[in-house]
Amino acid sequence: MGNVTNRDPLNLLWLQSGGCGGCTMSLLNANCSNLFDTLEGFGIRLLWHPSLSEESAMDARSIFDDCISGVTRLDILCLEGAILRGPQGSGDFHRTTGGNSMMSIIKRLSGVARHTVAVGSCAAFGGITATGSNPADACGLQFEGDSLGGLLGRDYRDSSGLPVINIAGCPTHPNWVIETLAALASGMLNGQGLDVFQRPRMYADHLVHHGCTRNEFYEFKASAHKPSDLGCLMENLGCKGTQAHADCNIRLWNGEGSCVRGGYACISCTEPGFEEPGHPFTETPKLGGIPVGLPIDMPKAWFVVLASLSKSATPKRVKENAVADHQVVVPAVKRMRSK
Amino acid sequence: MKRLMVGPFNRVEGDLEVALDIAEGRVQAAYVNSPMYRGFEQMLKDKYPLDALVYVPRICGICSVAQSAAAAQALAHAMGLQPPENGRLAANLTIAAENLADHLSHFYLFFMPDFARSFYKGRAWFSDTHARFKAVSGSAMADILPARAKFMHLMGYLAGKWPHTLSLQPGGSSRPLESAEQIRLAILLAEFRSFLERTLFGDQLESVANLDSESALLAWMDSHTTSADLPHFLSIAYDLELHKMGRASDRFMSYGAYHDGDDSLLPSGLWENGELRALDISTIREDVSHSWMEGEAALAPAIGHTLPHPGKAGAYSWCKSPRLDGHVIETGALARQLVAGHPLARDLVARYGGNVMARVIARMLEIACMVPVMEEWVRRIRLGEPFCQAVTGLEDGSGIGLVEAARGSLGHWMEVRQGRIYNYQIIAPTTWNFSPRDAAGKPGALEQALVGVQVEENNEGAPVAVQHVVRSFDPCMVCTVH
Repeated sequence: MGNVTNRDPLNLLWLQSGGCGGCTMSLLNANCSNLFDTLEGFGIRLLWHPSLSEESAMDARSIFDDCISGVTRLDILCLEGAILRGPQGSGDFHRTTGGNSMMSIIKRLSGVARHTVAVGSCAAFGGITATGSNPADACGLQFEGDSLGGLLGRDYRDSSGLPVINIAGCPTHPNWVIETLAALASGMLNGQGLDVFQRPRMYADHLVHHGCTRNEFYEFKASAHKPSDLGCLMENLGCKGTQAHADCNIRLWNGEGSCVRGGYACISCTEPGFEEPGHPFTETPKLGGIPVGLPIDMPKAWFVVLASLSKSATPKRVKENAVADHQVVVPAVKRMRSK
Repeated sequence: MKRLMVGPFNRVEGDLEVALDIAEGRVQAAYVNSPMYRGFEQMLKDKYPLDALVYVPRICGICSVAQSAAAAQALAHAMGLQPPENGRLAANLTIAAENLADHLSHFYLFFMPDFARSFYKGRAWFSDTHARFKAVSGSAMADILPARAKFMHLMGYLAGKWPHTLSLQPGGSSRPLESAEQIRLAILLAEFRSFLERTLFGDQLESVANLDSESALLAWMDSHTTSADLPHFLSIAYDLELHKMGRASDRFMSYGAYHDGDDSLLPSGLWENGELRALDISTIREDVSHSWMEGEAALAPAIGHTLPHPGKAGAYSWCKSPRLDGHVIETGALARQLVAGHPLARDLVARYGGNVMARVIARMLEIACMVPVMEEWVRRIRLGEPFCQAVTGLEDGSGIGLVEAARGSLGHWMEVRQGRIYNYQIIAPTTWNFSPRDAAGKPGALEQALVGVQVEENNEGAPVAVQHVVRSFDPCMVCTVH
């Protein structure tokens, strides 16, 4: 792994379209000594990145042209941001110089790429850019929400035979991106490594709930009522951590953070369609007092029974701390008898 | 007269192209185009008011917290909420952390690499600059990337993550701190301080913050011939006369930043002709005469709208043209420091007007001034006292959120009717700086700053001086054309 010095470098071209650039900003948070060295260690050569490379204008355009014409081999195409198809299918909501729509350039480049990678939920599914009336007619590379299709169509395969790899997340965790690129460079990512939404299973086979520090509150359904309360965020404040696929509480963000550790709900930003939950993001929709969205794989009847049992068994400490912004009751100290 | 199209401009956040009319080796007129439109103001219509806190940070990955803070303030304004002291301190720390990290990214990743271009290989400083600041491969990368990532651990504690937090709420911060975390924040700031003093400044933060005139700056530069990066930049700046490049409207605006009770650390105001004036935001209008937008009259943002009109005759940008009492405004760190009365910023602008060098120095001053303030804020957090108030419902009302993002004044105007967002208008810093012409034909700030810039003979690509001027504003195009 990593030892590819006897091979040609892998050329990576990174483009941005209908998005916020936040996945690049997140990538720069990577806890490595030097991101560029890390990529280079896997033989990845950055052909061009809009925020990081020297070349502007004509020089940048000729890099794209050389990839399309085959003068330069394009090993990995990363797209950050959704494809903007509007107005009226013209792609004119994002034009690059020379009058071409970004949509048409992305289509041509994905036709020659050995691997095509959607970085972030916008590039994967449309994401936030497809919110509401979707004024820019945004979609993902191979999905529109949770439906296959998108810009490239359900049958698209890169020249190695893989579909688009969807590193979903809003934004993406830096390690999801680095590890996916390293796995591709090492030949360690194949079709079995992707889930039904084509997300790398390396991170998508976990739930955000795994490793949540509020777990004791969750166990007893001791719930927060307002932002800054220490209790579980699922019952009242909209948290979807028990349903969202990602490892955010196993490997943390910016050192020791995550959304739920930041005191706010997981909004399931790795899932297609997260941008339109059908309820206020930070309020849990309920039916007869029971949250509509139950934990993944949990039978409803058992959830209801266990919830009511655990609520009645909640220790005073857990109950009171759940609705406070600091521990008002600390865990009791038990004296150990000397042996 | 020759027309040169320059774009796509990289090392700016988002997409930008500039059309230049060139004659006699100089730019005669510039037309700035923001070539992407997403439509956040349209998306926000009919959303639940608090959901703005999810959507607006995602306008921009680099000003994400500033967008959050503006929305939280607009909501607090509409709901009549006053966050508790701890909530205010946490919000101030979060905004300052983003602004300082952005200033560093701008300096090391976006701005300095242009001096490492082979265009400058005849200059005495070139080989050092090339080794240090070359895009992607320069030696600075191994210093700045880990230092910045470590500094952003502040966000892990204060905001859960960066970008795109939901911790900034109208009632305060959703993230109460524990005692170990308060100490950890102080340690992170101490580590950041030592990186800045060793690598960026080659001197104590306080010595840099106290530079009070150009002559003091020149004396400091001469006595700090270390390998630190700010002295390195200054020697390039004076050699290339960056202080005589990129003058714009010379009207500088700041909304004021870092609220502390009824006061704010950096005041709001307008700096013009060497005088400080009170800022009257009721005179803000957005003109769309040269934007691909519907509408005739220039409207106040509270009653403004954003309806795309692709192919509109005479238009050349998705960006609108905000004006303050009819005037073109420059906003950003330089404006903030001028309004706040930093003597070095005021001396540089008194001598040369707004310019490329002063814009960069103002960001560096802001870093030097803000880290000690952040150290103080961390000490002031009172553990065990509240961080957030409960939020009340909002059926009908309106609110305004005004903050200073790294790149300048950011405003949100929100109106809620029957529990849903009825209208949401955003004016971002780069909307001010990179606006197209208005109905009177008056060019925006960058369009003015580019006039007179020298263009090398037979240049087919992007003239390098043009790139210095454009990047000196630290533009954020994704905010501009939300």
